[in-house]
Amino acid sequence: MKTLASLLTATALTATSAQAVDLEVTHWWTSGGEAAAVAEFAKAFTEGTDNTWVDGAIAGGGGTARPVMISRITGGDPMGATQFNHGQQALELVEAGLMLDLTDVAEAEGWKDLVNPSSLLDSCTVDGRIYCVPVNIHSPQWIWLSNGAYEKVGLPVPTNWDEFVASGPALREAGIVPLAMGNQAWQSNLAFDAMAVAIAGPDAWVDVVSNKNVELARGDVYAKVFQAAADARSLREGSNVQDWNQATNMVITGEAGGQIMGDWAQGEFAVAEKVAGEDYTCLPGLGVNEVISTGGDAFYFPKNDDPAIEAAQKELASVMMSKAVQVAFNLKKGSLPVRGDVDLSAANDCMKKGLAILAAGNILPGLDQSLSPDAVGQIEDLMTEFWASESITAEDAQSRYADIIESAG
Amino acid sequence: MATGATKPFGLFRNMSAKIAAIPMIFAAMVVFFGGTIWTVVYSFTDSKLLPRTNWVGFEQYERLWGTNRWLISIENLMIYGVCSLFFSLVIGFLLAALLDQKIRFENTFRTIFLYPFALSFIVTGLIWQWLLNPEFGIQSIIRDLGWTSFAFDPLYNQDIVIYGVLVAGLWQGTGLIMVLMLAGLRGIDQDIWKASRVDGIPSWKTYLFIVIPMMRPVFITTLVIIASGIVKVFDLVVAQTSGGPGIASEVPAKFVYDTMFLRQNLGQGFAASTMMLLAVLIVIIPWAYLEFGGKKRG
Repeated sequence: MKTLASLLTATALTATSAQAVDLEVTHWWTSGGEAAAVAEFAKAFTEGTDNTWVDGAIAGGGGTARPVMISRITGGDPMGATQFNHGQQALELVEAGLMLDLTDVAEAEGWKDLVNPSSLLDSCTVDGRIYCVPVNIHSPQWIWLSNGAYEKVGLPVPTNWDEFVASGPALREAGIVPLAMGNQAWQSNLAFDAMAVAIAGPDAWVDVVSNKNVELARGDVYAKVFQAAADARSLREGSNVQDWNQATNMVITGEAGGQIMGDWAQGEFAVAEKVAGEDYTCLPGLGVNEVISTGGDAFYFPKNDDPAIEAAQKELASVMMSKAVQVAFNLKKGSLPVRGDVDLSAANDCMKKGLAILAAGNILPGLDQSLSPDAVGQIEDLMTEFWASESITAEDAQSRYADIIESAG
Repeated sequence: MATGATKPFGLFRNMSAKIAAIPMIFAAMVVFFGGTIWTVVYSFTDSKLLPRTNWVGFEQYERLWGTNRWLISIENLMIYGVCSLFFSLVIGFLLAALLDQKIRFENTFRTIFLYPFALSFIVTGLIWQWLLNPEFGIQSIIRDLGWTSFAFDPLYNQDIVIYGVLVAGLWQGTGLIMVLMLAGLRGIDQDIWKASRVDGIPSWKTYLFIVIPMMRPVFITTLVIIASGIVKVFDLVVAQTSGGPGIASEVPAKFVYDTMFLRQNLGQGFAASTMMLLAVLIVIIPWAYLEFGGKKRG
């Protein structure tokens, strides 16, 4: 029976692979660098196969795009392929059987050996089957410093978080906002997380978010993290911007000393024609613990009745994983490739730092890989409240944080 | 039973009207009642991204009322609701009464006051976000005029941000209230005005003690329109502050949307929307009882 079924699918595959299909792909990559990167996928897919890439970009970021995507999939109007972040965002859709099983493609091309770090593929795996294609690695634990701002106050550019905090008053005196931070929820959360990794250490962080170690979250180690975050609150005073790239722009122009932001920020520096090391400095892991967490983007393929579409979906999956496309895409995106065997000599200084850390294996799971969107959302609420108002003490915030970890566990 | 005995064919009277109403009745039953009951039922489950019947009792409600963001949302809705109700009615009525003084260019003024209502809440929110932005809004204009110490940035102050939202809401909605009130005022018989003038009653007293009580139906209509607008306030906040700074301007409708679709926690979202429904019912049922129940018996 099983052989018959696989024979049938095999014939279906060969019979239909020649048929051209318009495949709609939804994603939320709309900024300049992002759009250029996704165009690499589109080009490779449209030119390399008989099929056509139909671009379904949804503007407004992941928060706006994901509800649209999910309601389309659950509402019976699935697109050909769709972006999600690595992790648990699409987990329930997979469990409900709404996503295409890519295990045969993955096995035929040996993804297991190619994908580095392997945790990326683990995030795509549910009950031993593979349901998504990881396309890049983005790590949020970076601080970006303005060399110009430090030149102005006559201080050396900090090499770690402690030096950065110590330089705060001098920057403030010169009318420079020490820490730029946008007012959106995820940015406050990102900054806190980066600080937690730097101050509590990577092992403690993993223990809290992955193993839900509540005692640790309530303990002294995390108390230090929250105290540091409370101190950092005063450093960010005066940065009244909303979007992350506006905050990055404050660093670019020297209005702000630094910003804690993911490696996608270097796209902004590149657009402004700034040179790493000369105009700006990047410190992975805030210069304390040089680690990167392996968040990023993955593509899922909603299940479809039409075998022609299914064949096209599998072709797209293999295009996205192919060597040439991985290089072209990630160079434009400013992210790291998911394959360990590609040549990225064209990468800039900051990307090379990231690659080195990746090669050394100093990696953490991403936050979305460890916690459900629900728990991440609760923490985001707490962090926005905490960063926006002096009225919440570090102790309060810590006990509420631990409560969330406890209920998520 | 009693009506059936006296009017044997009561069911078949106005048959065409009843047939015409069937689609509406059907939609109301299935969409409103069916949807509402479904939501309430599933608020007792631990549904995440997809609804599932794994019953957890009142767990979702316990978590909801322990969530700071929800409590702040409720508080904001109260402030917004009370102020919006009061100021819409007062300002709307005052404008209508002023327009009713047989002034010149009434049409022009009416159009100007009603125009904001033609804008969506998203546009309204953005306009007021810019106006209230300290960098290039009202504050910067006044500072450019010479008052350099002038500070006015409600949207960046946690304590008063909800009033910044309120101002935008009033600007958008008061025009409609004014027009409704004006229609009500025009519906008052001119003889009443003549009579009160003959009796030498000052016109503010005529408004307060004669005209306003006569406009009761208009007031009830406006009340319903304003109240429904208050409960569902969402897009204005999204456009103007997106809930910030911090979570100081969150509202319940936004909480429901965020938990259901962004945080993939349907159960929690259902619990929150059930609480919103409950709040509406607590206000509406006693009022409807007084308004309609009393009359039938009397």
